[in-house]
Amino acid sequence: MANLTTDIAGLRLRNPVMTASGTFGYGTEYEDFVPLEQLGGIIVKGTTLHPRQGNPYPRMAETEGGMLNCVGLQNRGVDYFCQHIYPQLRDIPTNFIVNVSGNAPEDYAECAARIGELEAIPAIELNISCPNVKHGGMAFGTTVEGAQSVVRAVRKAYGKTLIVKLSPNVTDIVAIAKAVEDEGADAVSLINTLMGMAIDAEKRCRLLSIGTGGLSGPAVKPVALRMVWQVAHAVGIPVIGLGGIVSATDAVEFLLAGASAVEIGTANFLDPAVTIKVIQGINDYLERHGFTSVKEIIGLCE
Amino acid sequence: MTHRKYILDLTLTAVEQLNERCALLRATDPTAPLPPMQAGQFAQLRVDNSPHAFLRRPISIHNVDRERNEVWFLVQIVGKGTKGLAQMKCHERLNAVLPLGNGFTLPERQTERVLLVGGGVGVAPLLLLGKQLSERGVRPTFLLGARSEKDLLQTEHFRHYGDLHVSTEDGSLGERGFVTQHPLMHEAHFDRVYVCGPKPMMVAVAHWAKSGNIWCEVSLENRMACGIGACLCCVEDTSEGHVCVCTEGPVFNIEQLKWQI
Ligand SMILES: Cc1cc2nc3c(=O)[nH]c(=O)nc-3n(C[C@H](O)[C@H](O)[C@H](O)COP(=O)(O)OP(=O)(O)OC[C@H]3O[C@@H](n4cnc5c(N)ncnc54)[C@H](O)[C@@H]3O)c2cc1C
Ligand SMILES: Cc1cc2nc3c(=O)[nH]c(=O)nc-3n(C[C@H](O)[C@H](O)[C@H](O)COP(=O)(O)O)c2cc1C
Ligand code: FES
Repeated sequence: MANLTTDIAGLRLRNPVMTASGTFGYGTEYEDFVPLEQLGGIIVKGTTLHPRQGNPYPRMAETEGGMLNCVGLQNRGVDYFCQHIYPQLRDIPTNFIVNVSGNAPEDYAECAARIGELEAIPAIELNISCPNVKHGGMAFGTTVEGAQSVVRAVRKAYGKTLIVKLSPNVTDIVAIAKAVEDEGADAVSLINTLMGMAIDAEKRCRLLSIGTGGLSGPAVKPVALRMVWQVAHAVGIPVIGLGGIVSATDAVEFLLAGASAVEIGTANFLDPAVTIKVIQGINDYLERHGFTSVKEIIGLCE
Repeated sequence: MTHRKYILDLTLTAVEQLNERCALLRATDPTAPLPPMQAGQFAQLRVDNSPHAFLRRPISIHNVDRERNEVWFLVQIVGKGTKGLAQMKCHERLNAVLPLGNGFTLPERQTERVLLVGGGVGVAPLLLLGKQLSERGVRPTFLLGARSEKDLLQTEHFRHYGDLHVSTEDGSLGERGFVTQHPLMHEAHFDRVYVCGPKPMMVAVAHWAKSGNIWCEVSLENRMACGIGACLCCVEDTSEGHVCVCTEGPVFNIEQLKWQI
């Protein structure tokens, strides 16, 4: 058995495999399929300061090698999370990380501060790629200034491990990554979904309620891998890689590109037990190639 | 209501082409007895023989044969995923996540008069419902609708558990027209109605039930990704806001829904 432990800015993970926000619920949805304590971490659903109903149905369309979604951050708000969901999670021995979203830097900061009070939540993942009404519909994550403003506000309000999740819908992801590093982010995770669209030719209509949605699944993997590799070479903080991982080989590729850990999203829908198989597969890979620790392969591919 | 869910590698024991668009798949678990399943619950089936069908497809539990340790699925071809499933061969492996969602609410008293209305492939969950009703001593009335005689599915099996009435749009069998035009809907009295089929049909029957003050459950077929309440893709707008059809449904009482009925 190889040593699978890795760490993200001091946060120790049993192994590098975590679950991606919005695809694994609060973890408990998968309890029948996955021993949750065997995961490196669970990144729970996007949580906002106030409850959100999300977008109308239909919110999903299948595409070649992937899917589009426009769920729109449906959640019951941070207070509900703290009072009703956290008590169900706090005794499960894995790293629960809350994915935090908002409409304005102050919302992010307040939401993060509330989560910061929860003893058993060691980190948050800031989702800075959701629409920002204050900035006229532009997303925080697509400009250096927007990204900086959110991270600055949250860093003041939150003392534990701060992971910032980057949007791939940008011209220069490296510039954004460096900007959030400068503002005090402890790590970055990437990528969030790529903006896309689906149209039904027969019915001559769009398939998602709001027209556009975020693309995920194997179709995005090469883009994600490229961005992880670029960012890992440019920043000094740990990088968490995700986007299209369905197998241990995919996960190993992200580690080789420079990721210290990975997240698995859409693949959970195809095989609810995929995470456990990926963990086993990474171990098999390491043994097969004579590595004793997963840390030896992080960033091996120059 | 929570039931343990399983990922099973089933083996197909029979694939029967019922008409040019529908197939009956019978599958067994060669390793263990199948878990408990309720009428109205569904499975997420993996489509292995169609590279373009990426996600699993939700398909109702059509029947459970405990003696043969079989679960049955009725599949109607509407696109690539259902085509892949309907073209499977006997002895092939069918990977299923099941049982998912909540089943129909069974009547409290044996004396209740129960009507089951199905349209097209929507008849699928009503066979197991008929069976579970008859096991409780309730003999239901079935009203099944289809475009024409050849589209009516599994009628011999339904007849086994209750009185069968049919209507076809072209009049090739039973009454001509939609199920809501069937004389049964106007002449007989029922305490409970269960409906599954195309949305316009379910809305029409729900309207009829509501105006007659009859308890009514419908089974929805919203598009799904995960099938287990994790992705929030399958939501229906209800009196409690957006709820997941895969975990809060697929069966809903019409009072919960925001349909204009
Ligand atoms: C709980 C449940 C139980 C079901 N039980 C059964 C059953 O027992 N038997 C059965 O045959 N079917 C059943 N269905 C329906 C079945 O799941 C679908 O017909 C199937 O998933 C379609 O997949 P496909 O690949 O064949 O079609 P696809 O190729 O995916 O699509 C078919 C058509 O739908 C359109 N479409 C695609 N995406 C969307 C979208 N987001 N919104 C609206 N339209 C879209 C496509 O453009 C195309 O016109 C059930 C569904 C649910 C939710
Ligand atoms: C249905 C769905 C919901 C998602 N919700 C969120 C979310 O709330 N917050 C977030 O940061 N990312 C969200 N994502 C993005 C994923 O976490 C992940 O970044 C993306 O899907 C790429 O990884 P994958 O290809 O492994 O799925 C969502 C993705 C999907 C498919
Ligand atoms: S299909 Fe994912 S929540 Fe229902």
